Amino acid sequence: MTKALLTGNEAIARGAYEYGVAVAAAYPGTPSTEILENIVKYKEILAQWSPNEKVALEVAIGASIGGARALCAMKHVGVNVAADPLFTFTYTGVNGGLVLVSADDPGMHSSQNEQDNRTYARFAKIGLLEPSDSQEAKDMVGHALAISERFDTPVMLRTTTRISHSKSLVELKPRQDRTLREYKKNPRKYVAVPANARVRRAIKELHWQEMLAFSEQTKLNRIEWADRKIGIVTSGITYQYVKEALPNASILKLGFTNPLPLKKIAGFAQQVEQLWVVEELEPFMEEQIRSAGIRVHGGKAQLTPIGEYSPSLIRQAILGLETKTKPSAAVPPRPPVFCPGCPHRGVFYVLRKNRKLVTGDIGCYTLGAMPPLESLDTTICMGASIPAALGMEKARPDQAHNIVAVIGDSTFLHSGITGLVDTVYNGGTTTIIILDNRTTAMTGHQHHAGTGQRLQGEPAPEVDLIALCHAVGVKRVRVVDPHDLASLDRAIKEETAVREPSVIIARRPCALIVKPTEPRRCVNHDVCTGCRMCMGLGCPVISFADKKSSIDPALCWGCRLCQQVCPFGAIGPEEVQ
Amino acid sequence: MKTISVLLAGVGGQGTVLASRILTHVALRQGHDVKVTEIHGMAQRGGSVVTQVRMGEKVYSPLIETGQADYIVAFEQLEGLRWLHYLTDKGTMIVNRQRINPMTVLTGAAVYPHDALTQIRVHAPRTVQLDGLAMAKQLGNLRVINVILLGALAKQMDFPKEDWLAALEATVPPPFLELNRQAFQAGYAA
Repeated sequence: MTKALLTGNEAIARGAYEYGVAVAAAYPGTPSTEILENIVKYKEILAQWSPNEKVALEVAIGASIGGARALCAMKHVGVNVAADPLFTFTYTGVNGGLVLVSADDPGMHSSQNEQDNRTYARFAKIGLLEPSDSQEAKDMVGHALAISERFDTPVMLRTTTRISHSKSLVELKPRQDRTLREYKKNPRKYVAVPANARVRRAIKELHWQEMLAFSEQTKLNRIEWADRKIGIVTSGITYQYVKEALPNASILKLGFTNPLPLKKIAGFAQQVEQLWVVEELEPFMEEQIRSAGIRVHGGKAQLTPIGEYSPSLIRQAILGLETKTKPSAAVPPRPPVFCPGCPHRGVFYVLRKNRKLVTGDIGCYTLGAMPPLESLDTTICMGASIPAALGMEKARPDQAHNIVAVIGDSTFLHSGITGLVDTVYNGGTTTIIILDNRTTAMTGHQHHAGTGQRLQGEPAPEVDLIALCHAVGVKRVRVVDPHDLASLDRAIKEETAVREPSVIIARRPCALIVKPTEPRRCVNHDVCTGCRMCMGLGCPVISFADKKSSIDPALCWGCRLCQQVCPFGAIGPEEVQ
Repeated sequence: MKTISVLLAGVGGQGTVLASRILTHVALRQGHDVKVTEIHGMAQRGGSVVTQVRMGEKVYSPLIETGQADYIVAFEQLEGLRWLHYLTDKGTMIVNRQRINPMTVLTGAAVYPHDALTQIRVHAPRTVQLDGLAMAKQLGNLRVINVILLGALAKQMDFPKEDWLAALEATVPPPFLELNRQAFQAGYAA
């Protein structure tokens, strides 16, 4: 038997392979991204990046109805985008099994919120699986697909960052090849018009009851008996923390958590003195358990709904044992920064200099909010920058000349286009800057419809952003090199001055995907006056000591921004000085 | 056997991930259960990064908690200080003397603690200091700091040296193997 040390994401990809998934689609998003990046290794699966999570799920839905097993992966907030097809696909049901992987991010390591997507499973009345390590992550892909086909429903496999990005040992098995299920035209099932949907709604309820009976019986929900003073109901990664914190407690370990096996939980509760419900984020299980009239000794009253858990946090809440900790040293924080050579830096520098009101979006460029650039006013969700700029303009017409939306190329294709259409249609005059760095950088450089390549790296048609903007009615579209500060400054001044919508495409590949062409810069200390202008760029390569700036030659990318902002000509190419 | 916890702390781009891959390889060769956790995403853009490795007969939680790390490998002084309270009383700290200023220090919003190494030594009596940057320069490649530090860790841990060398062979691409062997030996001898 072969074993491998896999992350939860690698294990899910392996599960897709072993359990015969034929089609997989996703939009990248931490902590889910590596699922598709690893599925690519299995040539048997047709895998693709879609422009957004809604489209990805719809592709998976089409594949499922067509008879294939399908997988769709996204981060938690991606499910918000995909919620529309999800909530009706739960009525039509599947043909080939469909698993929706939702990778939640308690603690917001790399997210704008920490919503608990188990709530979605309950809302949509679909099956829900929560793995507690990589082995389970792999196995549960198989369970999810089988449950999906058995109860005619999509199934959610919900991970959290500590599952997605933690490695543990996994047994590898060969692929179970599956033949495509027969596709027969069946509009009463798959055409969700009211007359059909009413029928499906009732069928859905029957499937729900069947799934409930399954939940009571399945080995995915198991009791580990030990001392019966404390009994703990738990799921996902918190199971591991409970094992670590309370090795003597009895545990009802739930792998299938929607619908909840309330009878099983009631039976467990009767046999322990104190019933505790231990779950990160929302009281998803606890509220249902309490509603069923089961006496819960402890849960969210003792354990926070905020952030990640740990063994010591659980030990302290349940046993009242303080973990003896040493005080942490007072240490300056090390926040992430724009990389040396990053094409975003110049844009935010110029926006700040021009005191623009900037609505932002989701990507590396959210770092434009950090000091010293500090030039973002808002960040809400994928695609919000452009409509938020329009709304800001409607609320404050006096600011119209001052409002700029910034959005990345991948994010623009994800959900920025409709906002641009709205701006044109409803008479907005804001300026939109598309930060076109030719990749989805934040999540680790994935291709998208604008890069000219697919997930596998093969060539693909490339969206023409200029033509697209013209097509929706933007007359003023110009392309600027974001390493050229004077051009950027001119473009931003001119475009914000006109009373019509305009798009500036700040185009330059991410500094991490191309090699520098310019020599590194250095500071001539005889000329440097110590004015600190270059420090305003927030470049990690430039430091300031003894009233002079210095550039770390090992790390400089040669973007020339510092040379352009230096009023004294103290900065130039390395070989000259 | 008792679970061994190793925390690798550094700055995005310093190669903590490869170091943890080699370490887990060695642990697996001992027949241990292993869990590893690390944070990706926003944290990679020059921010603090940490990889946690736990190994033993049966490992449940992938998380190392404060006061629980048997070994900390700090790829940079400040990061060593940041994670110092994770070390057990008898734990071993391996710290690279290199300093990388965070943006908060570069902009003058914060001051780099000049006595970081002293603080580390006071609170972690078993501290091994080395100048990974200078050693890597001597070997002609700045990217081997991680394997130099791993060599120093290997010296402190009980795993057979040949297992470390085998793990190197299994994880490092052939063209860089000899260089990384030298880096490992340099760290081991430091």
